[in-house]
Amino acid sequence: MKKSNMKSINKQTKSMLITYAMVIAVFIIVEIMISTGMMSSLMQGLLVPLCIYSIVAIGLNLCVGYLGELSLGHAGFMCVGAFSSAVFSKCMMTSGMNETLRFILALLIGTVVAAVFGWLIGIPVLRLRGDYLAIVTLAFGEIIKNVINVMYLGRDSKGFHFSIKDSASLNMQADGKMIIDGAKGIVGTPNQSTFVVGIIIILISLFVSFNLVNSRTGRAIMAIRDNRIAAESVGINITKYKLMAFTISAAIAGAGGVLYAHNLSTLTALPANFGYNMSIMILVFVVLGGMGSFRGSIIAAVVLTMLPEVLRGLADYRMLIYAIVLIIMMLFNWAPKAIEWREKHSLKRMFGKKEKAEEVQ
Amino acid sequence: MSFISYLINGVSLGSIYAIIALGYTMVYGIAKMLNFAHGDVIMIGCYIVFVLMGSFHLNSTVSIIAAVIGCTVLGVVIEKIAYKPLRKASPLAVLITAIGVSYFLQNFALILFGADTKSFTSVVSIPTIKLAGGDLTISGVTIATVISCIIIMAALMIFIKKSKSGQAMLAVSEDKDAAQLMGVNVNKTISLTFAIGSGLAAIAGVLLCSAYPTLSPYTGAMPGIKAFTAAVFGGIGSIPGALIGGILLGVIEILGRAYISSQLSDAIVFAVLIIVLLVKPTGLLGKQVQEKV
Repeated sequence: MKKSNMKSINKQTKSMLITYAMVIAVFIIVEIMISTGMMSSLMQGLLVPLCIYSIVAIGLNLCVGYLGELSLGHAGFMCVGAFSSAVFSKCMMTSGMNETLRFILALLIGTVVAAVFGWLIGIPVLRLRGDYLAIVTLAFGEIIKNVINVMYLGRDSKGFHFSIKDSASLNMQADGKMIIDGAKGIVGTPNQSTFVVGIIIILISLFVSFNLVNSRTGRAIMAIRDNRIAAESVGINITKYKLMAFTISAAIAGAGGVLYAHNLSTLTALPANFGYNMSIMILVFVVLGGMGSFRGSIIAAVVLTMLPEVLRGLADYRMLIYAIVLIIMMLFNWAPKAIEWREKHSLKRMFGKKEKAEEVQ
Repeated sequence: MSFISYLINGVSLGSIYAIIALGYTMVYGIAKMLNFAHGDVIMIGCYIVFVLMGSFHLNSTVSIIAAVIGCTVLGVVIEKIAYKPLRKASPLAVLITAIGVSYFLQNFALILFGADTKSFTSVVSIPTIKLAGGDLTISGVTIATVISCIIIMAALMIFIKKSKSGQAMLAVSEDKDAAQLMGVNVNKTISLTFAIGSGLAAIAGVLLCSAYPTLSPYTGAMPGIKAFTAAVFGGIGSIPGALIGGILLGVIEILGRAYISSQLSDAIVFAVLIIVLLVKPTGLLGKQVQEKV
């Protein structure tokens, strides 16, 4: 693809290359900081979550930014990916399988299961429009979380036992081991999510997303977003492309879930990690980063996740400040008056008076 | 007999959802935005009553009136500061701003009142009624909730049908630009909608905390989402839809909890919502908007 003539690189390719370069540059900087001991252990603990949020935000951006459908259920896909991969890893832990191979297989399984769920949920959901679609995706996300909380899965010499009542009703042999213990979740998943793995998955997600968006399929998806009826009238199969985008979006969220599952040794489906709050948080990253910009999603995910940590010194006030910053950023980015004001003032002046710019709101 | 008592509890919970859902549905009908902060306005209303009754020893009626006024003002202020500048922006931007406001209110309450769960004393002094020789008990809160819901619904219907401001609300929800051309003050009407919705949220909050007497900064979040679901269930933008959606949702939740599984009650509620929306994509009483090419 690369041609020697720089001018032939079009806008999309340039944006794509900048994004890859940004991720790799961040990776190198962080690695240097870790090796020279410049990074606190608190920040190091944040690296994998940052990767997770970035990945899910990339996935959601496909759905919100390119397909133009508001999904509030991506935490559900994360949840499915996390649990399916954790079950696999837990089952294979004693089999003596190579750890890297096991993780790659877990990643594949998590992604595929999330994709299957995305596809199954997409079939009915994508018939709806706008806010109705949003609330139904939210509903599916909550259902997934609730159902996982009542699932019991055990394994003994006879094979797998499954129940949705309690652990006693599994009727396991004495040597049986619990895999999913209802609301207690999965305990003892191997910790294999490292920053390197996270960056690799981010790069893969970006690669998949950019290739999709810049392809014929991607253009069909965007045509549906811009004008559904016009797209249909030129012969674009609406259902097929919508489903495709939604499924890929769910799959990427599932990959984020796999990373999540292998980051902590205990995996539980709580409202805080797989509830609608998580979906909303990811949506905030996507909208604030700019719909349709994968780079923006990553930057917003990193900045907004770091912000409360940077403000940690302010103790209780940090989340309050986070909320205020979020509102001000939204007003500054989207209010017609603010946009007009920004256009009137040159870029240089805007940077010179950044404090004032926010006060106007 | 237990079925009837579950049913009554369901109607009572549903009435609370219906009152909250009114706030969502009216704001959606007029401003075409999902006010995610609505659930947190409920929580602020509860805290106002809690503080006035607990620390200032005011009587419950005065506290409730103060909470209604407080929430009304809060609703209008939120609208003025956070939503009004974005009126012509994309709906998604407004949604995210509403989420920001929701975070703000939660954390504001967290700092002001602390994270610990407070026990809320019921404000309802109606005694419990025993029917059928003591088999069936109906608590005072239940009676108060259902009666408040009926009064609020009736009053709101009359307000919208008969008053000039109510007609203006209808006009704005129908067509904002045409209403403006006819001399309707759109900004004022939207503010009024937020005021009414938030005032009702305070009442719903007090009823909710009287029935389920715990109060924390996150009290409003889940009922808010459920009420939003109820509004969509009944057809968002429709006031009778909010009533029907709210009550059905409450009944399904309580019956599901009693007969199927207490852990899955939320899942059952959402599953019913999905089924209804798949059969009727704009909710039970929602208007089917014909798409023009």
